[in-house]
Amino acid sequence: MSIKHGLLALLERGPMYGYQLRTAFEESTGGTWPLNIGQVYTTLGRLERDDLVRALPENDGGQRSYEITPAGRAELTMWFATPVSRTDRPRDELAIKLALAITTRGVDVRAVLQSQRSATVRTMQEYTRLKASANDAADLSWRLVIDAMLFQAEAEVRWLDHCETALIRATPPDLPYPPAPTADNPAAAPLPTERAHQS
Amino acid sequence: MTVLQLKAVHRTHGTGATAVKALAGVDLIVNPGELVAVMGPSGSGKSTLLNIAGGLDRPSTGDVLVEGRSLLSLSKRDLAALRRRSIGYVFQDLNLLRSLTAVENVALPLELDGSSVRKARKVALQALTEVGLPELADRFPDDMSGGQQQRVAIARALVGERRLVLADEPTGALDSQTGESVLRLLRARVDAGAAGVLVTHEARHAGWADRVIFLRDGVIVDTAGPLTQAEDLLTVDGAR
Repeated sequence: MSIKHGLLALLERGPMYGYQLRTAFEESTGGTWPLNIGQVYTTLGRLERDDLVRALPENDGGQRSYEITPAGRAELTMWFATPVSRTDRPRDELAIKLALAITTRGVDVRAVLQSQRSATVRTMQEYTRLKASANDAADLSWRLVIDAMLFQAEAEVRWLDHCETALIRATPPDLPYPPAPTADNPAAAPLPTERAHQS
Repeated sequence: MTVLQLKAVHRTHGTGATAVKALAGVDLIVNPGELVAVMGPSGSGKSTLLNIAGGLDRPSTGDVLVEGRSLLSLSKRDLAALRRRSIGYVFQDLNLLRSLTAVENVALPLELDGSSVRKARKVALQALTEVGLPELADRFPDDMSGGQQQRVAIARALVGERRLVLADEPTGALDSQTGESVLRLLRARVDAGAAGVLVTHEARHAGWADRVIFLRDGVIVDTAGPLTQAEDLLTVDGAR
């Protein structure tokens, strides 16, 4: 998501000036995405340049509000109508780390998995605590943002469970953790994947 | 006072070559106001731990104390009384009696424990109100949705003075919103002073716990407790 579309969505409610936009943005994302006022004004400048918003005359307090234009409304409609592509998201460091852990000698992969699982569950406890404290219907958008994080974290834990099961199946029960290789015997620690191929 | 304590609990099913170690030296303390979630793969000993904590199964060695009393030292009769009075169970399989109404199901443990029918009904109605179902008191389980039945089961588990609530996958096949309301009820009861143990394979449910223990091959391999600054965590993790 871009800040650009977030601001357009907020301006669809009615004209607002910079600080109002920043506050409304943070409220609707539950503070999960803090903005600085500079980002807001830079983005408003680009939106105005592209005719997606229009600056209104300053009010008595010297604040300049912006309103969405028909082109801005069309852009916003298009944004809501377009699914977010998974390939546009950053690469998953965890998946890469796990792939490397499995193919690196001497790494206790189950310990890596458990350490991640524990950390993710801990994060979920925190999200849940926040969610439990937000109970009003007025907080719906905020709760749904928290839910998104919870479901993503849950998916990660399920994937970690899946990795562990796959690892156990690929590793003989008498050698749950491959020992680190030694100088005398660099091949002392066959990797789980290699073992699986041998059997 | 500690509500539940497991001391070096071992549980082996079967003997000889076919013996299976379900628990291999588990120590656990659960205090009032504390909800502990137990996670682990299938066969890791989660349900055995819960059954032993609730006096439904006995450890091979070790001890189990509920409110300071060793379950192993109790006679069958005293153990049954303790289970009725002090321990509430919520299982995936609801075990509601289909021939009894909701309020009768909830009142049953109280009546078995010697309460008059009238008094038991009054307390049971209060428990049904707590779970948001006072108007369905006189319905039979078959005339209720799965979520409503689970709420009745929770009311039955929480009725009276239960100090220890044990839940095994309590949300079962409920949809995520209904499942969450079940977790909220459990959480509320624990916040009111009970001790809770929740066995689950769903991390989202474990998120409601104060502490999450991870079992593997009958051994606690890790514990997760919450951090202190949730808001900071959100800002750091959520910022892009």
